[in-house]
Amino acid sequence: MSLPSSVPVSWFLVLAALLFAIGIAGALTRRNGIGIFLSIELMLNAVNVALVGYSRLLGERTGQIMVLFVMAVAAAEAAVGLGLFIAVYRQRRTIDVNRLNLMRW
Amino acid sequence: MRPLDLLWLVPALPIAGAALNGLICLFWPKAPKATATLIGVGFPGVSMLVALAAIWQYLHGTNPAPFEQTLWSWTAGTFSIPIAFLLDPLSVVMLFIVTFVGFWIHVYSAGYMSHEPGYRRYFAYLNLFMGAMLLLILANNFLVMFVGWEGVGLCSYLLIGFYFDQSFPPQAGRKAFIVNRIGDFAFLVGMFALAAKYGTLTYSKIFPVVVGAPEALKEHYALGLTFAGFVALCFFIGAMGKSAQIPLYVWLPDAMAGPTPVSALIHAATMVTAGVYMVVRSNAIYQLAPEIGTFVAVIGAFTAILAASIGLVQNDIKKVLAYSTVSQLGYMFLAAGLGAYTAAVFHLGTHAFFKALLFLGSGSVIHSMGGEQDMRKMGGLRKYMPITFWTFALGTAAIAGVPGLAGFFSKDEILHNTAATGHWGLFAIGLFTAGLTAFYMVRAVAMTFFGKFRGTHDQEHHLHESPWVMTVPLLVLAAGAVGSGWVGIPELLGGGNTFHHFLSPVIADFSNRLPEHAAEQAEMAASTEWLLLIASVLAGLIGIGYAFKLYGRGEFGGAVWAKRFPAVYRLLDHKYWVDEIYDRLIIRPLGAFSRFLWKGFDDTIVDGSVRALAWATELTAEGGRLSTTGNVRSYALYFFLGVLGLFWWILR
Repeated sequence: MSLPSSVPVSWFLVLAALLFAIGIAGALTRRNGIGIFLSIELMLNAVNVALVGYSRLLGERTGQIMVLFVMAVAAAEAAVGLGLFIAVYRQRRTIDVNRLNLMRW
Repeated sequence: MRPLDLLWLVPALPIAGAALNGLICLFWPKAPKATATLIGVGFPGVSMLVALAAIWQYLHGTNPAPFEQTLWSWTAGTFSIPIAFLLDPLSVVMLFIVTFVGFWIHVYSAGYMSHEPGYRRYFAYLNLFMGAMLLLILANNFLVMFVGWEGVGLCSYLLIGFYFDQSFPPQAGRKAFIVNRIGDFAFLVGMFALAAKYGTLTYSKIFPVVVGAPEALKEHYALGLTFAGFVALCFFIGAMGKSAQIPLYVWLPDAMAGPTPVSALIHAATMVTAGVYMVVRSNAIYQLAPEIGTFVAVIGAFTAILAASIGLVQNDIKKVLAYSTVSQLGYMFLAAGLGAYTAAVFHLGTHAFFKALLFLGSGSVIHSMGGEQDMRKMGGLRKYMPITFWTFALGTAAIAGVPGLAGFFSKDEILHNTAATGHWGLFAIGLFTAGLTAFYMVRAVAMTFFGKFRGTHDQEHHLHESPWVMTVPLLVLAAGAVGSGWVGIPELLGGGNTFHHFLSPVIADFSNRLPEHAAEQAEMAASTEWLLLIASVLAGLIGIGYAFKLYGRGEFGGAVWAKRFPAVYRLLDHKYWVDEIYDRLIIRPLGAFSRFLWKGFDDTIVDGSVRALAWATELTAEGGRLSTTGNVRSYALYFFLGVLGLFWWILR
């Protein structure tokens, strides 16, 4: 399945910007660790959308290859991150980041 | 090999002895004591033999020209300092006195110091002193002389503070060192002026030029003085420090805190005469600065009478001798300032013998008294220590000017020259001082050796004549105190004044260049000379007789005078409050100024700026660390804001 060639690149970029902004807002406002995590995934995928859009505009494959890289990294990150949060939860019985402020002055 | 070629060994041997004893001190602390004596007395002894052989060869050589031996040269650009030794009549005289008197004092020390801890250290210092002193007198230029000059100052400091476990001797040592440093500074300035003008400091290069062109030294130079005047004044201030003249004499009485043989060698016979030697050595310059010459003479005369008057009331036997030394040094400068350079050196030589003898005699007394120095607790020692008594009495007679003995000829030579140059005021001071000298010395003899013993019973039991290592030097020096004046018997008494003629090659002759110099020494009628001679003998005899009358039976007859003039007595007893005046005028203001620099400048400004920097750093850090909240979301916010800022910066 392919998109009609009349879809302009600005659509991709607007979508990417919206997704990214939502991600930022989530990452800054969520107190739940998992929520922050999801927001970061959202930002990564916003970047992916932008990459794909440019790849299509320029007729280059490099952008799509980069997307695959980002996905791989995001998957690894998700694994490590979730593992960390489970460990934190076992210790502290919470994953509220406002209460995880042990490393302060 | 000629003995003259071995001249370098004369200073080198004692220095080697000092090094050897010092090394043994460090690396072989359990070495037998005899090695210290062997090295400490042996090296100066061999040095004396070499010196005597060299002097003998010099005197009997066919060539009367000064002998110079250059070891090597120290050159910087065009300026060159030869490390070289010079033997001319003046250094012959000094060399003989220093090695001969020095050696016998070393022998004496072996007995006097035998019970003291630090025996080896003592000999290391004493040998080092001999080496430095010989360097001073044998140098052929001012800089090497200055090296010796500083060396003897260092050894003086070390030996005054020899008993470093007590509180006073180290203080006295520091005082001596610091007071000397004031003089040394002026000496250095004088040398700089000479080096700047002539490009050299070697005697044989400067003085002929000075004699050849005396007008060049009479031009205005600095401080309203001519060049000759400036250099002469600087050198004299140097001599003031080393030779204990007003106003820098205050260290010498305190220097008596050192062991007595040290007082004899350093603070009576040799080191303190270095200033006189230096002035006589530079006589070519002094002759061109008559105004400074008069200044020197006046300072000398006032030092002589001031110190003698203080000596009248001292009860510490070494203090009497110390003030006597200051007073006699004043005589030497009186002579040197008036251009009677040979008379100054003559008195230097005879004084070295009888004053060393007196100090060693007092050491013998102190040794026997178990360390007691207060004459009020002595008395009647004549019976217990006859050799010490007779030699001490001979020394006293010599310094008091009893006709025929050494001091008579040399002191009379000085007084004669004072009168001959028409300085009748200074002559009167000198004459009166001669009377005072005789008085305080006989007073010391009477208090020590006459009457009944006034010490404790234990001390009386312990009284003994000193061992032969101490009495033999006394006898040798007593022979010197009697005979050393005979080399300079004046023509008036049928002598040839040999000493004067022997030294005359050293005295620069300006009679061709500056005719007014030749006329200065007016001839005196023989009858006037006889009158002066009788006056000086009478002054001595009156002093001796009156002291005997007051103190001869073991009473303190001087108390009558103290009661009659309590104010004068207090003035003398407190040494004119000179130490106190210096304390108020110089030491305390200097201390206050130093404290201001310490508290007001160093602590507040220097340290303060560093502390302010540290405080600012800490404050910044304190503020900065508040941002480390530990809240992940705020970190993320900063991060986001940072990225936004970057974007703005790139895209603007």
